[in-house]
Amino acid sequence: MNIIVLVKQVPNTTNIKLDPKTGNLIREGLESIMNPDDLHALEAAVKIKDKTGGKVMAVSMGPPQAVDVLTQAMGMGADKAFLLSDRAFSGADTWATSYTLSKGIEKIKDYDLIICGHQAIDGDTAQIGPQVADWLDIAQATYVNDIESVDENEIVVKRRLEHGFERLACKMPVLLTVISELNEPRYPHMEQLISACEQKAPIKVWNAADIGVKTIEVGLEGSNTHVIKTFTPNFKRQNELLEGSNKEVVSDLIDRLKKSDTTIAYRL
Amino acid sequence: MTIWIIEEKCDGCRRCIKACPYEGIKIKDGIASVTERCTSCGACIEACKKQNAIESDIEPRKIPDFSDRQGVWVFADQTDGKLARVCLELLGKAQDLAKDMGHKVSAVLLGKDVSHLIQTLHDHGAQNVYLVEDDLLKNFRTIAYTNVIEDLVLTYKPNILLMGATALGRDLAPRVSRRVGTGLTADCTQLAIDPDEKLMFQTRPAFGGNVMATIACKYASPQMATVRPGVMEAAPCKPENPTLIRHKISLKEQDIRTKILERVTQKKPGTDIIDANVIVAGGRGVNGEQGFAMLKELADILGGELACTRLIIEQGILPHDAQVGQTGKTIRPEIYIACGISGAVQHTAGMTGSRYIIAINNDPLAPIFKLANWGIVGDVHEIVPEFIKQLSCGGAS
Repeated sequence: MNIIVLVKQVPNTTNIKLDPKTGNLIREGLESIMNPDDLHALEAAVKIKDKTGGKVMAVSMGPPQAVDVLTQAMGMGADKAFLLSDRAFSGADTWATSYTLSKGIEKIKDYDLIICGHQAIDGDTAQIGPQVADWLDIAQATYVNDIESVDENEIVVKRRLEHGFERLACKMPVLLTVISELNEPRYPHMEQLISACEQKAPIKVWNAADIGVKTIEVGLEGSNTHVIKTFTPNFKRQNELLEGSNKEVVSDLIDRLKKSDTTIAYRL
Repeated sequence: MTIWIIEEKCDGCRRCIKACPYEGIKIKDGIASVTERCTSCGACIEACKKQNAIESDIEPRKIPDFSDRQGVWVFADQTDGKLARVCLELLGKAQDLAKDMGHKVSAVLLGKDVSHLIQTLHDHGAQNVYLVEDDLLKNFRTIAYTNVIEDLVLTYKPNILLMGATALGRDLAPRVSRRVGTGLTADCTQLAIDPDEKLMFQTRPAFGGNVMATIACKYASPQMATVRPGVMEAAPCKPENPTLIRHKISLKEQDIRTKILERVTQKKPGTDIIDANVIVAGGRGVNGEQGFAMLKELADILGGELACTRLIIEQGILPHDAQVGQTGKTIRPEIYIACGISGAVQHTAGMTGSRYIIAINNDPLAPIFKLANWGIVGDVHEIVPEFIKQLSCGGAS
């Protein structure tokens, strides 16, 4: 079974720092990592390959340095990797990104299953998976937290929903977006990592012409949505610190709650 | 596709830097200089009209005429004949948007035997209800619902289509947006109509909530957004001439390509934190399961529910559905008591809509105090027991 895994290089937003003066994001020194959900997608793909045979192919769209996450993917067991990289791809919204990825996938052609992370931590849109599935006109299953069975005709997955779960059978080919509950990603294998670094050959880099897209269809120009402005959220409250002994501050707080215009005021 | 600066004309006024959404331009030696982050969007050219110091070879993109696209639509997200609360919240917001645009509000209802929901949708602001009922729509399946909404959008041409950012909405909306050829903004927390161009400005958190971004969809229609549950308010109202439009479409089972084998509801006791009036939330500063047992006692006395930050979920102390924040739920209770929570934006993104925020933390510099109405600097494990004690003996001693 041939499996394509979509991966993204993202800034590590869990350690983000803001400029105390301007409130802007400090991007310098921000470490680049593989998007966390994508690690689970790769793990799932390699596990399936171990059972069914076939190939795992990692695909990413990004700047030349995104080759790092593809190297990491190969260290985790991907057999081939493809980087879609072109200045024309920059500034893409999810429409243009999913189009570019789907054209790359169409060029690879030979696949049964596509797995991607549920969402990327720098955008949190969770849109790329379903949009790629629609460009390719294949079935989708999102929020996957278990893969029960898979063969060339059908895959059975469990999807986490707000108040429980759903078990879904999908006809192949299908695109899955997976959440972190699915598995425990393996560490890259040192030998595989070294061999991936030594022989750059398994990582192919394709530009706009290689995947047959016009520059006006991709990147910022090919996008339907555009950022008008960005700003740092600003919240205003009175920020009163209550002072005194523990007993005093708690009794002060209860008094304030009693006087508040809330439905619980009368219960206190 | 490049942008360049005419150095003699630039006076270093920094207007371009303010206008750039991508940090694609900065001041170097007193004049503007384009950085590698530039995406050639052209926002700086607009900002530099006075000096005309920025030029580019970008041809302005034509904005298509969408004057035939009328109406603000809300997708009525239902499961087993029950509406998700977010669709009533969206109908509340849709009324404001429709008023600003001079359009009507409609709801789109798909399912099987769901006509009992029509009145509720009317009563929350939907003048029109588009109803599509079919055996194959009984349970939500992506391709079936996508095909139906595509047909509705192509037939009736709405200007705006909103969906709740529920598990269902976030599965369906991207697929629909691709199908009908438009853009989509995920997980918005604010929507407003720009008075000049009548575009919908869609604001959402980016970079884990550290930055807010306002996004517009100028070049495609309909303007689509998913909206976080809990951030908009429902507004019951009685529209004039409520109208039901039944739409027929032929669906085939083999086109849908998925089959639901089983659906299991795992309802935990208690109220969903989205619906609770009082939330007692804990973070890193709360001492494990014992600490949370203490918070639970406080929550019970106040008739509230327990919530937490992501870390607590990762430690396995509370279940996933108790998480508040960027990757959890957005809630707006009357009272939010943050215990041992430092106030990282990833968490606060989900609770700033609370009416009253109370912070208890031993670090006086914790950012949570900047968000709180009332703060107490102290050890959670001393303050909370005192709180419980005073509440149980009928108030202040």
